[in-house]
Amino acid sequence: MENVIYFDNAATTKVRPEVFEQMNKYFSESYGNGSSIYKIARESRKAIEQSREKVAAAINADKNEVFFTAGGSESDNWALKGVAESYSSKGKHIITLSIEHHAVLHTCQFLETKGFEVTYLPVEEDGIVDINKLKAAIRDDTILISVMFANNEIGSVQPIEEIGKIARQKGIIFHTDAVQAVGHIPIDVKAMNIDLLSMSAHKFYGPKGIGALYIRKGIKITPLIHGGAQEKNRRAGTENVPAIVGMAAALELTVKDLNEESARLARLRDKLIDGILSSIPYSRLNGSREKRLPGNVNISFEFVEGESILLLLDMKGICASSGSACTSGSLDPSHVLLAIGLPHEKAHGSLRLSLGMFNTEQEVDFILKELPPIISRLREMSPLYEDFLKNSKSDVK
Amino acid sequence: MNYSEKVMDHFMNPRNVGEIEDASGVGTVGNAKCGDIMKVYLKIEDGIVIDAKFKTFGCGAAVATSSMATEMIKGKTIQDSLKITNKAVMEALDGLPPVKVHCSCLAEEALHAALWDYAKKNNIVIEGLKEPVDDISEHENIAQED
Ligand SMILES: Cc1ncc(COP(=O)(O)O)c(C=O)c1O
Repeated sequence: MENVIYFDNAATTKVRPEVFEQMNKYFSESYGNGSSIYKIARESRKAIEQSREKVAAAINADKNEVFFTAGGSESDNWALKGVAESYSSKGKHIITLSIEHHAVLHTCQFLETKGFEVTYLPVEEDGIVDINKLKAAIRDDTILISVMFANNEIGSVQPIEEIGKIARQKGIIFHTDAVQAVGHIPIDVKAMNIDLLSMSAHKFYGPKGIGALYIRKGIKITPLIHGGAQEKNRRAGTENVPAIVGMAAALELTVKDLNEESARLARLRDKLIDGILSSIPYSRLNGSREKRLPGNVNISFEFVEGESILLLLDMKGICASSGSACTSGSLDPSHVLLAIGLPHEKAHGSLRLSLGMFNTEQEVDFILKELPPIISRLREMSPLYEDFLKNSKSDVK
Repeated sequence: MNYSEKVMDHFMNPRNVGEIEDASGVGTVGNAKCGDIMKVYLKIEDGIVIDAKFKTFGCGAAVATSSMATEMIKGKTIQDSLKITNKAVMEALDGLPPVKVHCSCLAEEALHAALWDYAKKNNIVIEGLKEPVDDISEHENIAQED
């Protein structure tokens, strides 16, 4: 394969070679069903339980509070539907954010059809919720607050600790979709008063299709997947042992040098942001400058459209993504960019570059060199830019 | 998203990008809200389109259909120009992904809008040409939204 410069780590990541290696054995040697009795099955069982311990340790949970799922979407679905079902006699009101991932938003919309009421809180211009608005939204019948730890598009990190404290004081269950945060920012479910937390291995150099839901001891939650007795009767289905092993190995490795790596990424991120904003006029950073995932860059370029940028970047071997409608398969641009107040045309012209452990400074330099001519080229072609230049000329007169 | 080689060629090397200073007709369609704007300039002499240029804000398919549509209209009589349908543009590009078909409709509309402008300026009626639905005033309003 040609040289690929991968700047789309928020979409998914490459599996670390060490992780891949550890998984191998559970495909071809210790392939037993974790519920069976013989030796190769006992090996599977042992691997599952050791993995559970590793995952629990990464977020300061107890091993009995970690349940494996088939990824972030399942964890989010389970958390929301399971709590709604279990606590509906107490109340039917849920609070979430307008910028959540669709795994949460669409689940909430589904719950609305089942008689639940959902408040979708707005966020401020920096993509972060105003804690006073959250407090004001709490009602006597609020049973659940679900607020994402960090946003997948603009990288904004929410005040999770504060929200956890409020929820605990009010006796409301607190779920956080931490799919973009786990392995990237330190998380302590106890200190942060988190009751439920979703994670997904493919965002931290593990395999796809495996995740976990942390369920604090004492939280009631009906199963989403009914069947066998796996996961203490809470999530049926023969365990995906290689994936579970891969997830735990990836998380253990990632958390081990989290501080160092996030500092390295944040430096690259800031170099990228500053470099782009200073070399390309009429560009703006989306999301908070400070409360931001270490690897997230999201910038809007006026007068150009995102898919065109992506196609031209692809020609240079650079993988990235955009919040433009064209890349979402609908006519509307990203709901997150609209929620932070971007007008449609600026949302269409957004570019997300998400950095990860395999990115180097040379790659950052490469994109800083390649991007400005791409934007200029598209602007030369843009009737919006033409109008803008004509109008600014007539203003001078 | 899988674009044909022709679409990629017209996106990477768009024909006829630019403006015509003394255009006979100019048409703009689409709006920034939905992510596509096409502006087509035509130079018409003795009933023949002798030159065509465009500027487009939009995705790969929007640029490619603008490029192809302007390429197709050059040298045509006004009546033959009306035969450049969105389907013809799409076929000439070896097809478009289903979600991008609207780009080819926009390209057809942009040609029609430019022809309409020409007819209006010259006080003539072009048989079979309807007033473009998506005319320029619409996105001027949207531009002011900002
Ligand atoms: C914030 C967030 N939540 C949920 C998901 C869904 O995770 P998965 O792809 O593992 O189902 C993703 C990733 O796509 C995400 O970024």
